Amino acid sequence: MHISLTVNGKSVQADVAPEELLSDLLRERLGLTGTHVGCDTSQCGACVVHVDGRSVKSCTVLAVALQGSTVTSIEAVASAAGLHPMQKAFHENHGLQCGFCTPGMVMSALDYAARNPDPSAESVRHWLEGNFCRCTGYQNIVAAILAGAAAMSERAKELGK
Amino acid sequence: MRTFEYLRPATLQEALGSLSGLANSKPMAGGMTLIPAMKMRLSTPARLVDLGGLEELRGIRVDAAAVTVGASSTHESVANSALVRAAIPALCEVAGGIGDPQVRNRGTLGGSIANNDPAADYPAALLGLDAQVLTTRRTLSAAEFFVGLFDTALGDGELITAVRFPVPAAAAYEKFKSPASRYAMVGVFAARTAGGVRVAVTGAGAGVFRAGVIEAALEEKFSVDALTSLRFPSDGLNTDIHADAQYCAHLVGVLARRAVARILYVGRR
Ligand SMILES: Cc1cc2nc3c(=O)[nH]c(=O)nc-3n(C[C@H](O)[C@H](O)[C@H](O)COP(=O)(O)OP(=O)(O)OC[C@H]3O[C@@H](n4cnc5c(N)ncnc54)[C@H](O)[C@@H]3O)c2cc1C
Ligand code: FES
Ligand code: FES
Repeated sequence: MHISLTVNGKSVQADVAPEELLSDLLRERLGLTGTHVGCDTSQCGACVVHVDGRSVKSCTVLAVALQGSTVTSIEAVASAAGLHPMQKAFHENHGLQCGFCTPGMVMSALDYAARNPDPSAESVRHWLEGNFCRCTGYQNIVAAILAGAAAMSERAKELGK
Repeated sequence: MRTFEYLRPATLQEALGSLSGLANSKPMAGGMTLIPAMKMRLSTPARLVDLGGLEELRGIRVDAAAVTVGASSTHESVANSALVRAAIPALCEVAGGIGDPQVRNRGTLGGSIANNDPAADYPAALLGLDAQVLTTRRTLSAAEFFVGLFDTALGDGELITAVRFPVPAAAAYEKFKSPASRYAMVGVFAARTAGGVRVAVTGAGAGVFRAGVIEAALEEKFSVDALTSLRFPSDGLNTDIHADAQYCAHLVGVLARRAVARILYVGRR
């Protein structure tokens, strides 16, 4: 079936099979392998991307249902100017070890930062119920998200001046 | 995943036609249960009818007597609805405690109750509030709707359009999450309603049920003390690798006391 959608700011036309998952469309067809697939049960969150501004598990969304949607994956987070403040915060706080969970963590964290004007360690931990990390023990991920959210609101204030 | 035919109707009428047009057709809402089941070939529909385009299943309406939530309302939209929070805050708690943020962004009320997972949260709220399920054919009480393990009174090609939750005097939901799945190991929804005290339990049995002995004790005296010496019977409760029947029964008592305490001390409703 033919769909047209926007992926990372570019318009994409694709003929997809009904059973094709968004994660497959991104990885297999568009070569965007930053989105990882870590489970079959929709639990791990390695595959999190944004669809129309909200974080979703791309392994549990049919591509065919996304006609006209806007998808953002980890590849569009950094800019020519360098890493996004949230990515920088993961780097600086040692928020990753093997890195497998990191793209999903960052995409989930960006949705958290957008929806939580008043971040706290407790609400970050609740937010991460759908993002598994088998390396870090979460401590540094939580620290990174708090630092990243703070940096994002600083930057928003700067831009607002 | 086996392949299938995908349709995305624009109206409810068209959706009903698509569902009855081919054997083994299935509606899809958020896909958060159906897609994992299809990946494992536990479900192999020949045709998938995506309800995402149907205006008729959307929206939340509130009047003095009830909150009516469209079947396609996501858990996220119910959890963060100011209208719902003002009328039945316990319903926001139920929706906001389902799964994780990404599941809540796509999963819906209609999909959750149609699936009737024995550990799902919404069934407890529906039975606890004596809600009505509105379908394309009729109106069913929660007690009529939830039939058993993953089973409901829905017929072939019948769609849930909305759920009407009567506004209680007060209500609270307490969930003990399975550490692995985040579903309710046990969840207790307690409410003081026009029809008396209602206490609905999910997770502990083959499906949601009312805890009659707890209701009777609370009817006599609505207090935590009324439940302190009560031992909830474990007959017929689940035993699995996570918890045995005695432990589930114990959790029913603990969570019921917490729910009552929340109603009495933490805030109205
Ligand atoms: C990781 C994870 C964790 C979860 N944790 C929880 C939890 O803690 N508590 C909990 O309660 N749930 C949990 N869920 C399930 C979640 O709530 C699902 O969203 C819900 O069960 C199904 O809703 P859906 O809209 O995605 O339905 P779908 O998956 O689209 O459909 C589910 C079923 O309902 C049918 N259906 C859908 N809409 C209608 C309708 N309008 N009329 C008739 N039939 C319909 C479909 O045909 C299908 O059989 C979890 C899911 C995941 C993946
Ligand atoms: S790959 Fe999507 S949740 Fe695990
Ligand atoms: S860093 Fe290895 S899984 Fe998170």
